[in-house]
Amino acid sequence: MSILIDADTRVIVQGITGAQGTFHTEQALAYGTKVVGGVTPGKGGTKHLGLPVFDTVAEAVEATGATATGIYVPPPFAADAVLEAADAGLELAVCITEGIPVLDMVRVKRALQGARMRMIGPNTAGLITPGACKIGIMPGHIHTPGKVGIVSKSGTLTYEAVEQTTKAGLGQSTCVGIGGDPVNGSPFVDILELFLADPGTEAIIMIGEIGGSFEEEAAAFIRRSRIKKPMAGFIAGATAPPGKRMGHAGAIISGGAGTAEGKKEAMRSAGIAVADSLTNIGSTLVNLMLGRLPPTRSPRPRRRAG
Amino acid sequence: MNLHEYQSKALLAKFGVPVPKGGVVLAANDIHRVVGEVGGPVWVVKAQIHAGGRGKGGGVKIAKTAADAEKAAQDILGMTLVTHQTGPAGKEVHRVYIEQGANIARELYFAVLLDRATSRVTLMGSTEGGMDIEEVAASTPDKIVRVSIDPITGMQPFHARKMAFALGLKANELKTGVPLMMAAYKAYMECDASLVEINPLCVTKEGNVVALDAKITIDDNALFRQPAINAMRDETEENHAELRAQRASINYVKLDGDIGCLVNGAGLAMATMDLIKHSGGEPANFLDVGGGAPKERVVEAFNIILEDPNVKGILVNIFAGINRCDIIAEGVVAATKEVQMKVPLVVRLEGTNVEEGRRILAESKLSIIAADGLADAAEKIVSATRSAA
Repeated sequence: MSILIDADTRVIVQGITGAQGTFHTEQALAYGTKVVGGVTPGKGGTKHLGLPVFDTVAEAVEATGATATGIYVPPPFAADAVLEAADAGLELAVCITEGIPVLDMVRVKRALQGARMRMIGPNTAGLITPGACKIGIMPGHIHTPGKVGIVSKSGTLTYEAVEQTTKAGLGQSTCVGIGGDPVNGSPFVDILELFLADPGTEAIIMIGEIGGSFEEEAAAFIRRSRIKKPMAGFIAGATAPPGKRMGHAGAIISGGAGTAEGKKEAMRSAGIAVADSLTNIGSTLVNLMLGRLPPTRSPRPRRRAG
Repeated sequence: MNLHEYQSKALLAKFGVPVPKGGVVLAANDIHRVVGEVGGPVWVVKAQIHAGGRGKGGGVKIAKTAADAEKAAQDILGMTLVTHQTGPAGKEVHRVYIEQGANIARELYFAVLLDRATSRVTLMGSTEGGMDIEEVAASTPDKIVRVSIDPITGMQPFHARKMAFALGLKANELKTGVPLMMAAYKAYMECDASLVEINPLCVTKEGNVVALDAKITIDDNALFRQPAINAMRDETEENHAELRAQRASINYVKLDGDIGCLVNGAGLAMATMDLIKHSGGEPANFLDVGGGAPKERVVEAFNIILEDPNVKGILVNIFAGINRCDIIAEGVVAATKEVQMKVPLVVRLEGTNVEEGRRILAESKLSIIAADGLADAAEKIVSATRSAA
């Protein structure tokens, strides 16, 4: 089992004829993803990589029955592409594009409130259900089907966690990159909710970084949640100086808020086992699952007598 | 991207925010003319640097005669200003702003910014004007007022009135206060700002509301559609190595340690710094070489790292996804030869084409220390740097 995407998910690619769109569509097809078409305005009716290309997302959806899209269009046009996907009735949009103006995302976020479509990203490596479907730029071959759900702001840190959970023999149910921007389609809470409800996800890894409050909100959500699953976490940026943006648009400590220590503390207090170094994200989770490292709150509800 | 106070005020004025009459001095021979144009009876002379706390550092002076104003401008222009935000080295003042003094009755705080928790643009205000707002937020959070703006309607006059009444503006002061706030919001939206901060927002004894200081930060991601603002960039305010990195599509931030890092991915680059610290070392920089990095960019990354004289060792940490380990390895080899590397170099490669990458490093016969995994890499660079020091 998995969340968001599986072997049957029919995917289109917006910006399929561009360099990025072409390369990653080839990779997705090689991975076995059911890519059923693409959209490039003005190139409708042509074929690209053996797939039909459409002028509009609505046409692509009608002709192919797609439910999900991967968006590889340049930053000035990305917000428009997301809104077009929502308008066409898709269920899921994964926006890989890095560099979207934040005020564009403020509008998109508001427009998607109450909409049927879920947006992942932007500025993300995407998402993958190992062995089934990949919408994004991550290398497919490092993943193994399994039972750990991984959600992260960072692509490369997800790869580290993937490698460590693969070596530990656990594998991954689905890996989701929520992206490194200050305003995104789905913060941690939205993805954690799905992982907790997914019977195929037995344990969770959450990888955050300095800036904003998605991690703190996630910790509060986990503390309130009735469903409990073993969960490990990691926060990057403990050594980052305040006021400096660390690569990701959202990775900045401003006004003393969004520090690594504050996030770790919030996570610990919610019973999440926080790895002290990126080398032991996997082992922290394994220890937790084997009961070698008891969480601060018991994951097992006490049985009532009688 | 940060704007100077005088640039911020010029932009705000264009949208209708009242600001005191002023002029900028870029060279000493402008001073006499600008002081005359601004006119008295009171002049405020202000250093233009991208850092707060200028007043306490001696970068703001008030003059009651034209001669005193000229003298103050001469003193400030070219001085090295040290404030709590510049670091101990301070910043050299290349530009001075001279403006008319105002008849201050009250000082307030007003800002337009992005509230990340709600994903909305938000107005923030406080009656504690002129103070460091972070201190106000920490010590008396109840004195901060927030008004969230729904993107569907944009800012409406009632939002401004809500803020104005919370700030204690009186009926006659609303006449200038409400339009000022509306104009500041318009400037924020149309300039793709991430912050418009007016501190202090001044209520004059005559009952007018005026922006006495202003700071605007522009969203870097939106500069492509703000060419006029992009042209206001003052490169002398930016770190030389960081600028050089920007031009090569490298994300680089200088830090104070001695172990340089070359990493792919922002998250991994941050975590690598943390790992160095965790292993007993100090990182010299944040560096994300980006996805699909060609050999030349890897070489340039080494050059930028080695420009920092504090660097005593370099850790290369790559988990290649879109990148390829063989290309990174070729870059490492080329750079090692080109820059005549004199510091220890530890390389950890993982991911796409890793076998090929490791082979290239091994066959190069260069003194590159190969690491077996992350923990090993960190330990090796920390101990190599220590023994080299």
